[in-house]
Amino acid sequence: MTSTRFVITVIGIDKVGIVAHITNVLAQFEVNIVDISQTIMEDLFTMIMLTESKEKGFDLDAFQNAINAAGDELGVEIQVQKDDVFRFMHRI
Amino acid sequence: MFIHPEEIMETIQMISSMNLDIRTVTMGINLRDCAHPDIETFNDNIHEKMTRCASKLVDVADEVEQMYGIPIINKRISVTPIATIAETFTQEEIVSIARTLDRAANEIGVDFIGGFTALVHKGMTDGDRRLINAIPEALAVTEKVCSSVNVATTKAGINMNAVNLMGKVIKETADLTRDREGIGCAKLVVFANAPEDNPFMAGAFHGVGEADCVINVGVSGPGVVNSAIRDLDNPDLGEIAECIKKTAFKITRMGEMTGREVSRRLEADFGVVDLSLAPTPEVGDSVAAILEAMGLESCGTHGTTAALALLNDAVKKGGAMASSSVGGLSGAFIPVSEDAGMIEAVKRGSLKLDKLEAMTSVCSVGLDMIAVPGDTSSYTISAIMADEMAIGMINRKTTAVRIIPAPGKKTGDMVEYGGLLGSCPVMPVHKFSSEEFVKKAGRIPAPIQALTN
Repeated sequence: MTSTRFVITVIGIDKVGIVAHITNVLAQFEVNIVDISQTIMEDLFTMIMLTESKEKGFDLDAFQNAINAAGDELGVEIQVQKDDVFRFMHRI
Repeated sequence: MFIHPEEIMETIQMISSMNLDIRTVTMGINLRDCAHPDIETFNDNIHEKMTRCASKLVDVADEVEQMYGIPIINKRISVTPIATIAETFTQEEIVSIARTLDRAANEIGVDFIGGFTALVHKGMTDGDRRLINAIPEALAVTEKVCSSVNVATTKAGINMNAVNLMGKVIKETADLTRDREGIGCAKLVVFANAPEDNPFMAGAFHGVGEADCVINVGVSGPGVVNSAIRDLDNPDLGEIAECIKKTAFKITRMGEMTGREVSRRLEADFGVVDLSLAPTPEVGDSVAAILEAMGLESCGTHGTTAALALLNDAVKKGGAMASSSVGGLSGAFIPVSEDAGMIEAVKRGSLKLDKLEAMTSVCSVGLDMIAVPGDTSSYTISAIMADEMAIGMINRKTTAVRIIPAPGKKTGDMVEYGGLLGSCPVMPVHKFSSEEFVKKAGRIPAPIQALTN
């Protein structure tokens, strides 16, 4: 894998504990937060995190499952995508 | 490098609510090294090579899909045109090759396999003729095999013998799959100027100028283009073209990135990105809806050809900037049954066969997934084909016909195929005969445009 950076986006109805719950999952998988921004857009909670795993052989599958489970519990939508997508798609 | 939150949200929105997807990852496999005079060994060789090259195709595509979060809808295989390597076999033996392809495709887990193909634009060999005659049975006894026949090129003209024959083959194919409304015809396409690196079925095959194993990618995003246009505030047509270009750029970048990653992981060559707008039957994923977003009340009305020309050209301009490996068909597809907006337009009576034919002179392919009454004669079908081939030949572009004479159906009835193939109303054809013209057969000579050297 060329890079182990992932963009995590969270969209959903705002409530207490979203950030805590999600960062807890990150900690379990030893995923570090490089950059984080959070806004409320028209009642919607949106959070974008640039994260990084230094571990070799990082188990993306297990991580995505854990994140999705957290999303289901919180009632928010979470996406984990390799950061290349955003770089490649919009820039020349 | 800083990634702007707006760009992130835009990408996510494109995927989640505008149906942006990688329509297909297609592995082209050369089968020339499988040739053998004994049919059983030949079939074994084909099976072995296909399963060896493509065993990881589906898994790798799924991994890449998960990593980038971009849906990859279809995984497919295209192979060397079978007619070029099966010259010596009988019709029955050629059908057994189709069965082998189908079996291997099932084992690998791909959605379709293309390449049951003959290239007969200038003339037919005996082997070509046997393959073409084998098509109806081959498509009836297999699930995933797709067939194409190239009957015309700008350089060679139109082989009217083949056009005549294909009319009959299409009728027979419909008849042999009459219990499923003639679905065999949905897997059969007749081409002029067929591209050799096209990842879209039913016309995909692995051209003779290609490497041994190649990954071609087809991207698609009519929904994204549609909503980008609808978001504009009272735009003029120049602004619409600009907007389509920018959107096509983004869609194509995504395809290029995905294709390169898949081919890297499979250790296969990267072929092309086919930057097409291919609709699906889902609401919001329609090319007709884009044309209507430009201000037409219903697709098919006056102005439709101009709107489609604008769309097709802008898609190519945006995509060409985004990738150096643009190929295949690249442009807007206008299949009737697969496009919710087209189906509505036919039902409303605004879209007829003649207008569709005019639109094909500026779109990426041609008369695609059109159902006509079951009692349409083979000569009428051949004549429809000949018209379409002529458009391709004269305009140095690819055109194709994928037409279904739906058994037992009349004008206005609906045929249902399900999945990506969708459903469509049976469209009327002209009632005047073309029989004498088609029966004359022979070859329509190459046009003056062929003399470019």
